[in-house]
Amino acid sequence: MRYLIPFLVFVTMVVFLAIGLTLDPREVPSPFIGKPAPRFSLPQVAETGKTFGNEELQGQVSLLNVWASWCVSCRQEHPVLMQLARQNLVPIYGLNYKDERAAALGWLKQFGDPYRTSAFDADGKVGIEWGVYGVPETFVIDKQGVIRYKQTGPVTEEVLQKKLLPLIRELEQEKTSS
Amino acid sequence: MIAELGHMALIMALAMAVLQSVFPLAGAHQAAPIWMAVAKPAARAQFFFLMIAITCLALSFVNNDFSVVYVAKNSNSALPLYYRIAAVWGAHEGSMLLWAFILGLWTVAVTVFSRGLSEEMGARVLGVMGLISIGIQLFILLTSNPFERIAPAPPDGNDMNPLLQDFGMTIHPPMLYMGYVGLSVAFSFAIAALLGGTLDSAWARWSRPWTLVAWVFLTFGITLGSWWAYYELGWGGWWFWDPVENASFMPWLVATALLHSLAVTEKRGAFKAWTVLLALFAFSLSLLGTFLVRSGVLTSVHAFASDPTRGLFILVFLGVIVGGSLLLYALRAPGIRDNARYRFFSKENLLLLNNILLVTAAASILLGTLYPLLLDALGLGKISVGPPYFTAVFAPLMAPIFLLAGVAPMVPWRQGEFVALARRLRYFFDGSLLLGWGLVWLWLDEDDYATMAGLSMAFWLAATMLFSLYSRIRLRSSWLEGLRSQSPSVYGMTFAHLGVAAFLVGVVLSNHYSQEKTVRLAPGESVSLGHYAFKFEGVSEVTGPNYQAKEGSFRVYRGDGEVAQLKPQKRFYRVQGNTMTEAAIDPGLFRDLYVALGEPLDQGAWSVRVYYKPFIRWIWLGGLLMMAGGLVSVSDRRYRLLARPAVHREGVPVGALTKES
Repeated sequence: MRYLIPFLVFVTMVVFLAIGLTLDPREVPSPFIGKPAPRFSLPQVAETGKTFGNEELQGQVSLLNVWASWCVSCRQEHPVLMQLARQNLVPIYGLNYKDERAAALGWLKQFGDPYRTSAFDADGKVGIEWGVYGVPETFVIDKQGVIRYKQTGPVTEEVLQKKLLPLIRELEQEKTSS
Repeated sequence: MIAELGHMALIMALAMAVLQSVFPLAGAHQAAPIWMAVAKPAARAQFFFLMIAITCLALSFVNNDFSVVYVAKNSNSALPLYYRIAAVWGAHEGSMLLWAFILGLWTVAVTVFSRGLSEEMGARVLGVMGLISIGIQLFILLTSNPFERIAPAPPDGNDMNPLLQDFGMTIHPPMLYMGYVGLSVAFSFAIAALLGGTLDSAWARWSRPWTLVAWVFLTFGITLGSWWAYYELGWGGWWFWDPVENASFMPWLVATALLHSLAVTEKRGAFKAWTVLLALFAFSLSLLGTFLVRSGVLTSVHAFASDPTRGLFILVFLGVIVGGSLLLYALRAPGIRDNARYRFFSKENLLLLNNILLVTAAASILLGTLYPLLLDALGLGKISVGPPYFTAVFAPLMAPIFLLAGVAPMVPWRQGEFVALARRLRYFFDGSLLLGWGLVWLWLDEDDYATMAGLSMAFWLAATMLFSLYSRIRLRSSWLEGLRSQSPSVYGMTFAHLGVAAFLVGVVLSNHYSQEKTVRLAPGESVSLGHYAFKFEGVSEVTGPNYQAKEGSFRVYRGDGEVAQLKPQKRFYRVQGNTMTEAAIDPGLFRDLYVALGEPLDQGAWSVRVYYKPFIRWIWLGGLLMMAGGLVSVSDRRYRLLARPAVHREGVPVGALTKES
């Protein structure tokens, strides 16, 4: 019987590891969840003269996707975003992070533009205020302009169906109060 | 085309791994020599295909083929060639391929150096290694294929993580993996012995050199990793109790215990069930480490992409391999008989105590590493366990090990004389206590009991090791004769234990007497730290192959003499847009001087961090000494003699062969 002890201890450990797999340790670190989105106002990628800022995010549920033309993972998530944009379920805004304007415009032209607008954050200052630590990241923002969720890494079909869309539907139900 | 060839080769390797495990294992069970004979050619073919696969990936990097996703994500055309090759294992997919490749390398080594093994044993060992290969290669093919393409191909790649663009990175992962994966050989020997019921001292003698070599690599890998973290991360620390570091340290502790336990099993035929269990644990912890790192269940500075499907796959793999082996152990262990007799105070029992302490240390690290996960899984909140826990638990467990390591070599097998030994060692004990206390009291801080204790233990260990070597040599007629007559194992042990003493000196002195300052320096200003003055001369621009750097220039004086010129950099890597701090270090046997640039301030001034770190090199020096000890031990002729019977056996009919073994 005592020879079974290592096996039993191991089985217990595996059970915990399996539960651990369903949890995400990274969900905690973002202190921005549940807080109003940090203030910003940036020129747009497409039209230098126009700005894009928090006002546009008010009064509707929206996604803010941090992207860059130099980011390979963005290329992977791009088809998912394009499809989401076609379905017109939720407006997607872009935050073009530490990029060059010509490269960013070329990228959008080559692969398609899923964004209503993209803000141009050349030096990455706004990204830092938003707590971005890698590209791509996607924020879900509610009607009050509060950050409700952050996806670190590419938005896959699975993430979209299981996390983002249910959350967006739920947030759509919330009343606008201001 | 090259990537597809690599992909195909990997699939072929998997097919070979299936052959390598199915036929030999079934053949050993059915006593069918023809089936067992599949093992060696299949293992070699598997390695051949793995070699093609990894070469193809390396070629994709060399040729800047950015249509391969993995290359596009981890390389750039501006990246120097040697980093493009190291980039093969710079991220998840490729490092798993390296893992599989190294397993193939060990498997081939077993086919080459195991000619003296009985046929069943050899077939089973290779069969079990084949099973592990199948798991890891399926994992790569199904969840982490490094040969995946992307269309259209990006014009240029995302560049390698700048943290990894360093000499240490090019060799740290291969060395560490050689150690991790090398433990699979001892594991497979243990499983084969459990399956065949041949758990004897021959099995222990076979396992020893393999375990030693794997342990040498693991020691080297961990030492390199620690050194790399010290100079590259720019925090001036050498160990952070990060989950990934723990994942490499736990197998090391258990492998160390295994080495000591194998000696007992080989020489005395004792602790068989325990030794087998340690062999299973050592590799299981390596696999667990892989799981922890790859699945993203824990947060770590080594944050690799976390992906639940990958995590689930490794967990199932872990469950099958480790669960299966522990179940086999539970079935077979009750039948294992130890036939050794020994008294309470004997080398056997002292080594058992060492084992218990080492395994307890590994278990407490495991607990600390998994604790945040346990609480989270039970819904009790998210916490993190940091260095305070580990130092509080680890130091008291290690202290008796250091004391014990000085005593055990002088205690004979079977039965020792406690009183006589105590009388002989009493002066060493008092002497080292006095020396440790005196040194600290005279030159350092008179109330610093931790350093006193640490230094005393180091003196004790070094003195008793040299004394035990001296007592062995004294038995011979002359010094030279005495030195020559000692076996490499004795020298190996002496080196390794002296390494532990050196390590201990490094740890206590650098922990307690390091000094650091963060100051604002304008060009021409100086800061003094201890006996040294650091003069800042200004910052210039430097252009690297894929980065721009601001390079500070410092002159360090001690009194009036100039000691060193240091040029720390702040690098901006263009592609990923990251800024990296490259510290500049003036290394020395007794102290390191360390300068890192912080942030630029107004008017050409910078925030600058300077460190003075006494004896920190001794930490890695200790690691290297331990490694050297392991290498010396492996060269022991006893292990090579084993290959000899095989030479005689060639041409002997199969029937005769099995009887002989």
